[in-house]
Amino acid sequence: MSEFFGFFILLMSNGILIGLMYSLIALGFVLVYKATDAVNFAQGEFVMIAGFMAAGGLMVWGAPLWVAVLVALAAMVAFGFGLERVMLRRLIGRPVIAVVMATIGLASILRGLGPFTIFSGTKPLPLPIPDEPFILGPLFIPPIQLVGGLVSLGFLVAFGWFFLKSRKGIAMRAVADNQQVAMAMGIDVERYFGLAWAMTGIVSALGGILWGNLLGVDVNLALVGFKVFPVVILGGLDSIPGAIVGGLIVGIVENVAAGYIDPYVGGGTKDFAPYVLMIMALMIRPYGIFGKRIIERV
Amino acid sequence: MLTLNNIEVIYDGVILVLKGVSLSVREGGITTLLGANGAGKTTTLKAVSGLLRSERGDITKGTIELAGQRVDRLPPHAMVRRGVVQVFEGRRVFEHLTTEENLVAGAHIQHDRAKVREGIARVYGYFPRLAERRRVESGYLSGGEQQMLVIGRALMSSPRVILLDEPSLGLAPMLVEEIFQIVARLNKEQRLTVLLVEQNATLALAIADHGYVMENGRIVLEGAAASLRDNADIKEFYLGLTEVGARKSYREVKHYKRRKRWLS
Ligand SMILES: Nc1ncnc2c1ncn2[C@@H]1O[C@H](COP(=O)(O)OP(=O)(O)O)[C@@H](O)[C@H]1O
Ligand SMILES: [Mg+2]
Repeated sequence: MSEFFGFFILLMSNGILIGLMYSLIALGFVLVYKATDAVNFAQGEFVMIAGFMAAGGLMVWGAPLWVAVLVALAAMVAFGFGLERVMLRRLIGRPVIAVVMATIGLASILRGLGPFTIFSGTKPLPLPIPDEPFILGPLFIPPIQLVGGLVSLGFLVAFGWFFLKSRKGIAMRAVADNQQVAMAMGIDVERYFGLAWAMTGIVSALGGILWGNLLGVDVNLALVGFKVFPVVILGGLDSIPGAIVGGLIVGIVENVAAGYIDPYVGGGTKDFAPYVLMIMALMIRPYGIFGKRIIERV
Repeated sequence: MLTLNNIEVIYDGVILVLKGVSLSVREGGITTLLGANGAGKTTTLKAVSGLLRSERGDITKGTIELAGQRVDRLPPHAMVRRGVVQVFEGRRVFEHLTTEENLVAGAHIQHDRAKVREGIARVYGYFPRLAERRRVESGYLSGGEQQMLVIGRALMSSPRVILLDEPSLGLAPMLVEEIFQIVARLNKEQRLTVLLVEQNATLALAIADHGYVMENGRIVLEGAAASLRDNADIKEFYLGLTEVGARKSYREVKHYKRRKRWLS
């Protein structure tokens, strides 16, 4: 195998694993948009606050890992439910910009709240995962990436099954399709809004723990959220398969681009390559690869 | 079994749409509510099904009773649990769900999976065409199939009373005939009580046993379907509606009002 090809495979494999972790976070965004039409600009901050809780539990209060993980999960579920109840329910039917501004405001509040109430500075979020990478031919895979990729894949499949096959998932899609008709079928629409936000809480908690381990926990953890936008624009704002494919594309493109371009420009390619792709995608397919199309019968 | 007493409905706090509507729907019967566009028929159904609130409408006066119990101001899901389900006008399927998923969504309040399967089989029994199209995304069904689907979907909650809003709207006469025959069969075989809102009086009165005529938010005429069929006013009123344009029909309505005043 040529050295060139080996390098490419290496970049691809890391891109895929990282991409799956982007997909997981993007899934949180998609769930909420699909079910409630709200655009959540605080998705990255959800991840960050979950990271704060897990790292806080572990490093500040000295809880065992499984307790810290469970607390972060439970707290994020409660946070999702609570947020829908207290803030977002009141914004139903208001102009989209109201919800956008509200979530942007929420993002700022959360960025202040984490360091303010839990800890300031950067804390590690150690997981019992070995450091030595798996080396397999050209592949060079850090175990955390493998765990992160597999955990993400598992949850993506589980959520996908939930939406496509389960009765609650069908009800949630019905709510997404037409709220008033869903109400007329006896579906308690607001409960499903709450459920969507709670599911986002779960996804964010997992993302917070995985990314927290990779990057360390501080306010900058919220920057992971910026990867969500290219992912969902590429895949479609309301598509779960889209979140998966979009995440993979972004993961692969940024890794491959960084691998070839960074040596010449001294780094930073990862941060802008996905956005170049996003803007190109917006010009070609504004509703994404899998985005809901308006059905027009002939 | 369903009674509206002097219902008044206001939208947005100021727009008075129903001005004291009273009507009763007999158990096991088909009652029809006729009237021109904008008369307030849909609003009446939404007042019953609890869906007014989602449109910032409010029942400001009067009561609604189901089998003797007050049900005004209940949320929609509570009404569905009590066996009252509304089918919207305009064939509002869940477009991105398949035919069968639409039916599953309609069975939301039914927890027993076996009953859901039975329900689906029953709907396919009444509407065989839906069975053929079960895996098709419902946004791509034909208009007639979509109308069948929304009725079938409503049946999935095992209702005692179905509120049908203009099922004939925009469909070919043959299809309308077919759908009305199925509604009549459901009424007989499943003992389903029907409140049928229509602009097409001829069709509605053919299957109904009792009827009301609504105009401008008020009930202006009531009677057994047979007597309404022979009523000269109704004939004129609906000639004006179905066969000529809006201006003519307005004049006809005025004429009808004059006659009515003169008659009463
Ligand atoms: N959500 C709403 N807000 C304000 N006015 C409404 C609303 N829905 C209906 N109306 C008004 O109420 C009147 C009756 O409407 P509707 O009940 O839909 O009549 P119909 O079903 O008989 O055509 C119309 O004048 C309509 O403009
Ligand atoms: Mg109407």
